[in-house]
Amino acid sequence: METYAPLMKIDKLDKYFGGLHAVSEVSFDVHPGTIKAVIGPNGAGKTTMFNMIAGFFPPTSGSVRFNDVMLTGMKPFNVAGQGLLRTFQNLKVCDNLSVLDNILLGHHTRSRSGFGAGMLSTRKSRIEERRAVEQVMPLLEWLSIVEMKDTLVGNLSFGEQRSVELARALAADPAMLLLDEPAAGLNMHETEELAGRISELKAQGRTILIVEHDMSLVMDISDEIVVLNFGKKIAEGSPAEIQNNEEVIRIYLGGSDA
Amino acid sequence: MLKNRMKQYTPVAILAAAILLIQLITLISGTGYLLTQLTMSAWYVLAAVGLCMVMGYAGQISMGQAGFFAIGGYTTAVLSTIDFTDRLSGGLPRLLDSMHMLITRETIYGDTMTYLTPWASLIAAILIAAAAALIVGIPVLKLKGHYLAMATMGFGIIINRVVLGTKAFGEADGITNVPPFKVLPFFEVSGDFNIRIGNYYFAWLIVIIAMVLLINLINSRSGRALKALHGSEEAADAMGVNTARTKVIIFMIGAVFAAAAGFFMTHYNGGIGPSESSVVKSVRYVSIVAVGGMANIWGTLMMGMVLNFLSLRGVFGHFDDAVFGIILVLIMMFMPDGFIRKAVFYDIRNFVNRKIIKRGDK
Repeated sequence: METYAPLMKIDKLDKYFGGLHAVSEVSFDVHPGTIKAVIGPNGAGKTTMFNMIAGFFPPTSGSVRFNDVMLTGMKPFNVAGQGLLRTFQNLKVCDNLSVLDNILLGHHTRSRSGFGAGMLSTRKSRIEERRAVEQVMPLLEWLSIVEMKDTLVGNLSFGEQRSVELARALAADPAMLLLDEPAAGLNMHETEELAGRISELKAQGRTILIVEHDMSLVMDISDEIVVLNFGKKIAEGSPAEIQNNEEVIRIYLGGSDA
Repeated sequence: MLKNRMKQYTPVAILAAAILLIQLITLISGTGYLLTQLTMSAWYVLAAVGLCMVMGYAGQISMGQAGFFAIGGYTTAVLSTIDFTDRLSGGLPRLLDSMHMLITRETIYGDTMTYLTPWASLIAAILIAAAAALIVGIPVLKLKGHYLAMATMGFGIIINRVVLGTKAFGEADGITNVPPFKVLPFFEVSGDFNIRIGNYYFAWLIVIIAMVLLINLINSRSGRALKALHGSEEAADAMGVNTARTKVIIFMIGAVFAAAAGFFMTHYNGGIGPSESSVVKSVRYVSIVAVGGMANIWGTLMMGMVLNFLSLRGVFGHFDDAVFGIILVLIMMFMPDGFIRKAVFYDIRNFVNRKIIKRGDK
């Protein structure tokens, strides 16, 4: 794994919210074709890390490089344009759109037609649109949401909406998938299903960065884990290493006073 | 796919049939004079469906649509009433003449008048409206909700006050004696009694073309991005949609629709007055979109046609503006998602059931 050049290099990422030091000088790499997990107790700075990587807010200092492109300072839509597609912990689906349209939204960066071509319904834009539908349909099949494709997303269950978000991010054929607590709000059965899906994605060669609370899920699927606590990286390594790391055990098991 | 496209355009065919039917009814019943108000309704509908894209689909409320309507109307009113007859030797008139952009006509007083072809002022109207929307839109569309409403309303007020305070715009009197717009050798946009039927069909033809363009847009990649913006701006952003740019573009499209409407209306009426740019007019467009079902261009078209027709016929009397205000208030209170929607019958049934249940409790 170390023989590959890293796909993403996070270097001394730092974030202050006023006087709160949310993330302090966290560095790690993500290698292509691997699943990297960022874990930590509530308030450890996981989501802050995630949002800085996805461009939702800028770091106070430090940098994120992806494929040798500097992501720091980019807007979210530019980050998506670089092939990094994210999901949201608190679902952000478009209630006013059908399941299919929500997923096609994820395909946005793979098509080009603009407003003019849209208004004139040019041949090229129609071909592009047809191709987009063809390309996302297998995702709907994979997540078994084909029958719901014309349903408004607002009418779906929480678990189904999570599936829609995953499909939406995958519709972009992302170079790297960013999953923000994908198991939050799922029951045990749904979490198992999710774990299976993430493993399948890895088998397809996808690179995934996952921020997660659910320890068993993370231990099952990740290749490497970064543990954050109070904004600092306290450990990094394979699931086995992390499970035997004393400080991690202290935080997670003896941390009632923390 | 072909079937889908046919289905998309079915409402267009129904609209065309309805336009034909209405004309036949007025012909048979001898009420051809009604076509004047129906023609004017068509031009207002054009501005309203433009706003529908901005407000209903993209979710960006604009209280300045009348401002763009006025920009279109006043641009042509000013440009096509400049008489070059005595100044033909000047540099600019010579240049315009060499480009075949000057035309002459006889005024009602029997003088000849040489003026800029309205084709040129149509292009100017569209460009000025688009530029204004760009300049206003870039800073203002960063705002959300009522802040956006207030800022766009501010724009509308500025246009209204500029029109009222500028001599070139005729101040409170507006601009009159705007020449007809000769579209084809045998057809012009004007209030001439003899071509009332032609104008009626022309106006609705333009609306139909506009509707086709908008249907295409709604069903395209950019249209999906627009609707996504309304559903969740963060999601659209995260999926690679340049939300700031998308908002500005749709705002410009809405502005161009309004400016074109203002342009045609001004030639049809032979003039324009400051009331067209008033905030009350903007409220009118907003209430038409709201009662039309927000994200529903067909609902907007229907309500725009009916309400404007009734208003122009004077059915609402002195309470004209109040009627539109009341409609807006009622919609906002009881049906914030708009009136003409698929789910509306369901909503009404629920509402009635709830009332019945409440009564049952007593």
